[in-house]
Amino acid sequence: MNDTTCKLLVIGAGPGGYTCAIRAGQLGIDTVVVESEKPGGTCLNIGCIPSKALIHAADTYETVARAADGKAQLGISALKPSLDFTKTIAWKYDIVRRLNGGVSGLLKRAGVRYVAGHASFHDGKTVEVHTTNGVQLIHAETIVIATGSAPIELPSLPFGGRVISSTDALALAEVPKRLIVVGGGYIGLELGTAFAKLGADVTVVEATPRILPQYDGELSDPVARRLRALGVTILTSAKAKGLVAEGTALLIETADGGQTTLEADKILVTVGRKPATSGFGLELLDLDMDGPYIRIDDRCRTSMRGVFAIGDVTGEPMLAHRAMAQGEMVAEIVAGHRRAWDRVAIPAICFTDPEIVTVGLSPSEAWDKGLEVKSDLFPFKASGRALTLDRDDGFIRTVARADNHVLLGIQGVGPGLAELSAAFSLALEMGARLEDIALTIHAHPTLSEGFHEAALKSLGHAIHV
Amino acid sequence: MTERVVRLPDVGEGIAEAELVEWQVQVGDLVREDAVLGAVMTDKATVEIPSPAEGRVVWLAGKVGDMLAIGSDFVRLDVDSKGETSTTTAAPAVQTTSAPARKAGHAARATPAIAPAHVAPSPQPLATPARREGERPLAAPAVRLRAREAGVDLRQLHGSGPAGRITHDDLDSYIARGSDDAPALRRRPKTAVTETKIVGLRRKIAERMSIANARIPHITYVEEVDVTALEDLRAKLNEQKRTDRPKLTLLPFLMQAIVRAVAAQPELNAHFDDEAGIVHQHAAVHMGIATQTGSGLMVPVVRHTEARDLFDCAAEVIRVTEAARNGTATRDELIGSTITITSLGALGGLATTPIINHPEVAIVGVNRIAIRPHWDGAGFVPRKMMNLSSSFDHRVIDGFNAALFVQRIKTQLETPAMIFIDA
Repeated sequence: MNDTTCKLLVIGAGPGGYTCAIRAGQLGIDTVVVESEKPGGTCLNIGCIPSKALIHAADTYETVARAADGKAQLGISALKPSLDFTKTIAWKYDIVRRLNGGVSGLLKRAGVRYVAGHASFHDGKTVEVHTTNGVQLIHAETIVIATGSAPIELPSLPFGGRVISSTDALALAEVPKRLIVVGGGYIGLELGTAFAKLGADVTVVEATPRILPQYDGELSDPVARRLRALGVTILTSAKAKGLVAEGTALLIETADGGQTTLEADKILVTVGRKPATSGFGLELLDLDMDGPYIRIDDRCRTSMRGVFAIGDVTGEPMLAHRAMAQGEMVAEIVAGHRRAWDRVAIPAICFTDPEIVTVGLSPSEAWDKGLEVKSDLFPFKASGRALTLDRDDGFIRTVARADNHVLLGIQGVGPGLAELSAAFSLALEMGARLEDIALTIHAHPTLSEGFHEAALKSLGHAIHV
Repeated sequence: MTERVVRLPDVGEGIAEAELVEWQVQVGDLVREDAVLGAVMTDKATVEIPSPAEGRVVWLAGKVGDMLAIGSDFVRLDVDSKGETSTTTAAPAVQTTSAPARKAGHAARATPAIAPAHVAPSPQPLATPARREGERPLAAPAVRLRAREAGVDLRQLHGSGPAGRITHDDLDSYIARGSDDAPALRRRPKTAVTETKIVGLRRKIAERMSIANARIPHITYVEEVDVTALEDLRAKLNEQKRTDRPKLTLLPFLMQAIVRAVAAQPELNAHFDDEAGIVHQHAAVHMGIATQTGSGLMVPVVRHTEARDLFDCAAEVIRVTEAARNGTATRDELIGSTITITSLGALGGLATTPIINHPEVAIVGVNRIAIRPHWDGAGFVPRKMMNLSSSFDHRVIDGFNAALFVQRIKTQLETPAMIFIDA
């Protein structure tokens, strides 16, 4: 058996783990990162990045297809496009491969030792790694658990055959003719939209009365409308009960209590993600848990001294950028800096069409907290820029305290709105008030003017609405 | 007459009162609108208060130097107009006060012809309610990081920025101020210095210690003494003592041993007059007993120890030390010692470096008695051991003689019969 020691051991090279390791390396900490798959984690390999690649390809295909159908108003006509989905997937793999290499390079440059293998806890200071060259024992002063999360499997619809997870959906050999998406959350809708644009006949089965139940209706409505325009069938208050005997159709309990079956080539189950807390000896440490998640304090410390946890294993929101910020903070704490989690804003983006961006509190969340707020929205119908993009759906909404006008939340839904998340987060993190936004010049013509106008509206003097 | 009351405006966030520093008008003066009435000072700035209207001053709020409450009457004007008494809060000259921006905005929409500058002035800082418990302080991320690194809890700060936002400057001034107005959530370095004038006995002690330490090159010699036999004897004597006799401590035994030792080495019972270059060797052994009293260290004297027996010594030690402690010691009882014993009693320590009681030439320090294992040749046996830490004036006492002297005491204490019987 091969023994190694280090100051910091990071288990998992996802966004949280590799960021933590790189920052630790920069700080001169002797760091080892262990990963059983390729570096980059879910996000880079089977999540955010490949799904965005697929969405981009689908958008492009759909634009051309619409022109070919003569539906475009732009005066562009085209021949009916054809799709070589194998090439699309290869292109996507190439992006992932380049980013894998990028992460490896960054780790190397920071002086981090990368160990490929499956880690499992020996005790709170020692981890056993099963590598291709045998078992390696790593002793560390500090260990960071960054094992991430995995898709939740429905007992009635175990993955396999026609039933696929988001990971499988990103590696399909061809666009399924008929795709059922079970679970109308952001992952299911992002992929469902992409496949719909690529020509699949998509049905979304959502158990609650509304798609995107984690967002308010104002935000999810434009997405629902767009899905319908793309020909996607949305079944709400509907439950997937399992496959019919032949395995070719899904049995669904509909809103009125009746049952129906729906033929499908693929059934994508996206009903959420669960923290990866088993299969690596975590139970040996007997850490305090917070439901299914590892309980952490404001410094990402677990209940065991010298053991930190970051990212999806620590709970919602399960977002790469949250994990990255936690990872960076933990590295600095390990280096002896005084740090604690005090972030105001964690933006969340749903890459549907249109895209949804949320930061901070929604109006109803603010009310629930007993805060008196002013909330106004600026619809893109009134935006010159939106019209030039051939889109007039969506809006930007601000939520501010009524007494001192400090912004509590900013939300928006619109085409390409993801890039505005930076402005929204910055405003919240800096403690901006409505007046600060009102007095900031927003470039014309851009969708960002909607942010300015929403703030002006709350102040009682919007110009363009 | 129509009276118009001008109230002291809120001239700075979070202040309750301001100091009146200047009047520019007197009672009876005619003032124009916007003329400066006077000035008040807050901890941040001096703010001039303009008149909101034209009129004659009929009343002023106070004298320069007075503290005025925000919102209290500042000036009363006689305005010969509409005939109503109205109350105005004057606008401080350094900032604009206006109707809430929102109302101004409505006006702007309703009457677009009016130049915006008149109806929509720069947004007015809203009165920020005090932070409620549990509400996070408003500060940019860089400010929060700096605060954390400096160990500052931002909840303790008042932000001067809009909506109470804590700025870098607020943090700087908080750190510079030392934040003594806030309960500490961490250990802070204490910078206070307390000055105490050294007077009376303490000054005397200081002077004497300085002289002794500056003039006398000390040699300190530490030796271990097995007091098992002595302690047995002392216990037996105390057990069987007559009721009219004092309880024996170790001191009288030591005193007796010193008397015998100085009989053999009289040069140790002496005063060294270093200015004259003369050593006065005394036949009398006046034993100074270093004593901790309420007001400091004193050295009462057991006179003519050479003429006293064990119990006599014990009784006299008790008497003079008591007298020193309760302040009834006479001058004679506090001066003239020829050799001194210093003992810290129960504390004792392992070893000490006693300072000689100038102009004496020797001081014997008694350390704590402790049971220590002793190798008796066959095995370890528990013995009561005690160190003697003795200092000597190395100008007149050689190390050899010092060691010999301590050795003599040690021999007697270890074989206590020798304290009483001439060899």
